Amino acid sequence: MLVIFKRRFITGLRIIHAGIVSFLRNFSLAVAAVAVMVITLTIVLFSIITNATFGNTIAQITSKVDISVYLKDSVSVTQTTTLLNQLKALPNIKSVKYLNKNTVLKQYEAQNSSNQQLLNAISQTSNPLPPTILIKPYDLNKISNIKSFLSQPNVAILQSNLPSYSGQREIAINRITYATDILREVGVVAVIAFTIVCALIIFNTIQMTIFNRRDEIQIMRLLGASKSFIRGPFIVESVIYGIIAAVLSVGIINAAFVATSGALQASSLGLLDISYANDYFDNHFLGLLIVQLLIGILIGVTSAYIATRRYLKFKTK
Amino acid sequence: MILLDRVIKTYGKAENPSLDRITLHVEPNEFVVVVGQSGAGKTTLLRLLTREEKPTSGKIIVGGIDYDKLKDHNIPMLRRKIGVVFQDFKLLPNKTVFENIAFALEIVGVSSREIKHTVPKVLEIVNLRGKEKRMPIELSGGERQRVAIARAIVRQPRILIADEPTGNLDFKHAWDVIKVLEKINRYGTTVLLTTHNQEIVNKLKRRVVTISNGKIISDRANSGYKEDRNN
Repeated sequence: MLVIFKRRFITGLRIIHAGIVSFLRNFSLAVAAVAVMVITLTIVLFSIITNATFGNTIAQITSKVDISVYLKDSVSVTQTTTLLNQLKALPNIKSVKYLNKNTVLKQYEAQNSSNQQLLNAISQTSNPLPPTILIKPYDLNKISNIKSFLSQPNVAILQSNLPSYSGQREIAINRITYATDILREVGVVAVIAFTIVCALIIFNTIQMTIFNRRDEIQIMRLLGASKSFIRGPFIVESVIYGIIAAVLSVGIINAAFVATSGALQASSLGLLDISYANDYFDNHFLGLLIVQLLIGILIGVTSAYIATRRYLKFKTK
Repeated sequence: MILLDRVIKTYGKAENPSLDRITLHVEPNEFVVVVGQSGAGKTTLLRLLTREEKPTSGKIIVGGIDYDKLKDHNIPMLRRKIGVVFQDFKLLPNKTVFENIAFALEIVGVSSREIKHTVPKVLEIVNLRGKEKRMPIELSGGERQRVAIARAIVRQPRILIADEPTGNLDFKHAWDVIKVLEKINRYGTTVLLTTHNQEIVNKLKRRVVTISNGKIISDRANSGYKEDRNN
């Protein structure tokens, strides 16, 4: 048992060694394979970061949006409490907050602290501002139930004004969502296309290596080498492609952030909040590197496995 | 050790089988010479034994392994038990003599220390001590063939199959190779040798199986080569 284990271990080391030697020997072929894999993995990484950044942008805008319900001064405490509870029971409600007349006035004064005339005008009358309920929904695109609740006669009668829905923001959010959806689809198509091209090129590289070494492989087979002993080095070689490409792709994205950090710090490039993207990249660096390594190795191993399969059938006529 | 029972091998749609009802029994530790003209079926016979080909019909049992029950993924295991020497040597040109022999051991996971210990012993047997670091291209044909034999026996197989190992050699070098094969046979390995070199067969005085047109036409112990007058 121990002998078998020892032999397997030695064989494993030899396979890895042979793979590294083969990689170095086929350097020019390897460059092409690695290059295309770097492009693929860079696109993958770019897509991941862009996606996270868009998600963040949407979340930030959405969190600033709310619905304001203006109540009549005559509404009693009991009525207010009932209304608040009813609102909280509705679906898609993130938070409900009641502001009494004084709080609303203070907020208003704070917001307009620079406009002395307006402040004077307000202080000369009794507080004209209505008590207000602020509602934050989870999803701004699904507030029709809130709307219909607020327009029910028994609820509408409590209100001094029509509720405000931050209408312009809603349109903006719809546009952003639409744009990100399209970009996400384009990203997915690009990733799939490049993955296929990448796999094909590695496939070809390995087939050429096999062709160059077909005599050696035939001798190995006649001497009783197992499938894994012949195939192993090719798999190892492609794993090396994957590792190099993953590290390079992370390096490229990192270099891109370094290059843009001075020029565009804290600014937004249209929809893409670069500073957030940079933070996201820094905070998830290890995770992203591991994901890239796994994808690179997976592409390499799969194509190497398929490329060698044909040559390794111990099928006898 | 080797048993063939009414083995027939027909390639594709050929009218005449390459091997026609071959029945052959080789005892352990025997030295058998298979002779016949080119195309008689000698190589086909050996390819059946190394499982590069499957017989069209008939039974083959080698070293207790019934080929009918042998799964494809066990073929490497079978080949590790049989040492094979080819007419064209099949050495790896970019490896030294030592590395070529070590290669057969590396395949089966033998440790480097064991390899360093075993390979010189085998080189001793084939009289190639001191040439460990040579490349195959620097060796004569006879020396290359002896490297190939060393590689075939380094795993101590119970059977050694040699397909025309002297085919490309002059008599002196050929006889060196045959002497090595006899030595290996004395150490207890069953040897199956094919050749069409009459001189060697006559000098060897071993069991001779003659194949012609895919059939065994004679099987004699301690025999010389009898020219097939029909050809």
